[in-house]
Amino acid sequence: MNRFAALLDRLAYEPRRLGKLALLEAYFRETPDPDRGWALAAMTGALTFKNAKAGLIRNLAAERTDPVLFGLSYDFVGDLAETVALMWPADETRANAQLTITDVVEGLQSTPKDKLPEVVASWLDRLDEHGRWALLKLITGALRIGVSARLARTALAQLAGKTADEVEDVWHAVDPPYTDLFAWLEGSGEAPSVSTTVRFYPPMLSHPIDPEEFAPLNAADFVAEWKWDGIRVQAASGKDANGKHIARLYSRTGEDISGSFPDLVAGFDFDAVLDGELLIKRGGGVQDFNTLQQRLNRKSVNAKLMAEFPAFIRVYDLLAEGDDDLRVLPFIERRAKLEAFVRAHPLAPIDLSEMIRFDTWNDLSAARADPSHGGAGIDAEAVEGVMIKRRDAPYLAGRPKGYWFKWKRDPMVIDAVLMYAQRGSGKRSSFYSDYTFGVWTEAGELTPVGKAYFGFTDEELIELDRFVRNNTENRFGPVREVTHTKTKGLVVEVAFEGLQRSTRHKSGVAMRFPRFSRIRWDKRPSDADTLEALQKFLSKGQAPPS
Amino acid sequence: MQAAQILHPRPEGLYCPKADLYVDPTRPVPRALITHGHSDHARMGHGSVLATAETLAIMRARMGPDFAGATQVLKYGEAIELGGVKFSLHSAGHVLGSAQVAAECGGTRVVVSGDYKRQPDPTCPPFEVVPCDVFITEATFALPVFTHPSAEHEVRKLLASVAMFPERAHVVGAYALGNAQRVMAELVRAGWDKPIFVHGAMLDLVKLYQECGVELGDVRHVETAPKSFYAGAIVLCPPGALQTPWVRRFPDPVTSVASGWMRIRARARQQGAELPLVISDHADWCDLQRTIKDTGAGEIWITHGEADALAHWCDQQGLKARALHLVGYGDEEEPSGAAA
Repeated sequence: MNRFAALLDRLAYEPRRLGKLALLEAYFRETPDPDRGWALAAMTGALTFKNAKAGLIRNLAAERTDPVLFGLSYDFVGDLAETVALMWPADETRANAQLTITDVVEGLQSTPKDKLPEVVASWLDRLDEHGRWALLKLITGALRIGVSARLARTALAQLAGKTADEVEDVWHAVDPPYTDLFAWLEGSGEAPSVSTTVRFYPPMLSHPIDPEEFAPLNAADFVAEWKWDGIRVQAASGKDANGKHIARLYSRTGEDISGSFPDLVAGFDFDAVLDGELLIKRGGGVQDFNTLQQRLNRKSVNAKLMAEFPAFIRVYDLLAEGDDDLRVLPFIERRAKLEAFVRAHPLAPIDLSEMIRFDTWNDLSAARADPSHGGAGIDAEAVEGVMIKRRDAPYLAGRPKGYWFKWKRDPMVIDAVLMYAQRGSGKRSSFYSDYTFGVWTEAGELTPVGKAYFGFTDEELIELDRFVRNNTENRFGPVREVTHTKTKGLVVEVAFEGLQRSTRHKSGVAMRFPRFSRIRWDKRPSDADTLEALQKFLSKGQAPPS
Repeated sequence: MQAAQILHPRPEGLYCPKADLYVDPTRPVPRALITHGHSDHARMGHGSVLATAETLAIMRARMGPDFAGATQVLKYGEAIELGGVKFSLHSAGHVLGSAQVAAECGGTRVVVSGDYKRQPDPTCPPFEVVPCDVFITEATFALPVFTHPSAEHEVRKLLASVAMFPERAHVVGAYALGNAQRVMAELVRAGWDKPIFVHGAMLDLVKLYQECGVELGDVRHVETAPKSFYAGAIVLCPPGALQTPWVRRFPDPVTSVASGWMRIRARARQQGAELPLVISDHADWCDLQRTIKDTGAGEIWITHGEADALAHWCDQQGLKARALHLVGYGDEEEPSGAAA
């Protein structure tokens, strides 16, 4: 466990991709089976433990620490595993007793639920704070060490002088602790049985573009589609060497997310790899990202959730069909094959991403400004802009220049006043980084209209944190009320993607995707916007009664 | 005598009405008593300043000769009576010249800790326990997650990394007053006999420490030189300089930050620290508790920092606790403290 903990520590602080690769490669080279395989599984998110969950850690913390001090510490650190690792009452005499990651993983898998708290507590007593952190992170998942599945596979490839795609090819055929995979990589075993189609292809990404940049481009060389506000996925399905049907759903970074969408994956009745957007459809229309998030945020997937949030994939590219890798073909040829493919698979949980008709850039600009009349119809709320693709573009991994462009909708902007702040979690933990802001009502009072926790630079965060600490009027548990009178307070420019009526918010409106776009140190709170001005942004059919 | 008659909080800082004197005022006042030279405690423009000779020298070095109308030296342990209150200064172990303030009147003694630590530090005298009725303490690291390892242990970590990457330079961000000199002195104690390179912004204070007789090793100013010259070198700079093009002059630098906040991973990543060193000039959670017990005070006032947690602990110990929420202190180990 010490070695694994040391690796996680180094990875967490190593910013460079090459540095991370070197650390991973060295670890895989020097660590015996099955420790290295369990470590690989932990880092690629392939481990889940039925009985060991975050709740178990909370209960242990409640037994061993003062609840008030634990609450304050958790609020500061912003991460459950790290908080407990740091404040666990240590038994220095027993620290770092021999305990391997294999002991821990097998113990977490096999220990009965009622015995687990005792077992985990005894491990925590035996480990130092780094080991405790690694152990608790194994249980809570989400290591946050900046290692994607793709990066781990690239490190494995380096170990054996192979390419990441070669490792990708066999990935579906191996399971933790991957002893056969390592044997093959080190030349002492056979290649795991391979399917040509059920694999992840590194996706092609687009460049943001402004109107002045594409004005000189010839519109006839390009096609356009809506940019859908869902999650980018790859659907891969086919047969393995033994003729067994396999279906996988991959995220943009190559994580296998099939487990979260069993309803989708069960419908993969094809032998192909598709690139598309995962979306939720209800009442005939595609739902916005807020709705999709309600499904994404759940830990367990049950029938009710799947029925309530039915997922499908709006496909926009066909990367492989049967044994043919289609990525070398120009976009329009792949598109023709894709259209035929969608027609031939009416039962699959997919539909076709439609093209936007346009002859000139002005036509496209008009469609982008009003998607519901530009062709998106009932789905317009889920549009976040347009994608512009060169007709002759091959499908290239990464972000190649000159082929794919994204032209997002312009955000809406208001000036609001900072009202409350709370410490954040993850990257921004321990700083006051979650901000509630408000606008003026007719009665001349501020009413909160949203929360934002990004859109500022690291330097601005430090200034914002200091502003909050130096201008605290009241403390409500972890929440600080910040000075906000007409003359004293902080004005922030908030950008957002849409506004909806909401009965859950006192102001009656809810913003979508709000973030700070500028901090207006120069403005006085009385210069900020009013609720009336904000309501002008309500989407059509939601205008306030006049 | 009620403690509040001796000292009580005002927006400018802790105030003694009998002596018309503020401790570490955050705005210009006629008469100030300064605990130590960090910029959040020692500000410009007071009428008269009372402090240790070292603190006055530090203020002069940082703010120029006209930083105050008049100055007066008070040595550790020496008493002065002002308006019927007896004031004395006692070592706080925080940085060179740092002091606690004891104020005594009518049989009641109040001690203001200023910033302090209990860990040994070769660059300043150790913390002196001053028994008192009311102890007014800082609480920068008052959460049970903050237990600082020894500075010796952290410096060994730095030297191990230097040995592992002999072709790279190690650039350590450390606060220019106190923390940086402590890292230098600990390096010397750990046997580092090669030069220690420093950023230009640190030179004046390094010189001042050396003039006060603190052994900092072979300290040299970073000068223009081919990259390879700094292979295997240890370089100290203000934390803010780590994010500037200044570091590009070094070969494949390993960026390191020395601060108590490095205990929290997100903070270390925020500052781009590849090698976080938990070296702090503040008392950690255990030492805050130990110190409160050592003073024997029945009432604890908390100036700044994580006051809620420490007040909760005091309650559990049967000690009366009061959070003063003084504003304007405690930024010196923050990343932007480098600018000061």
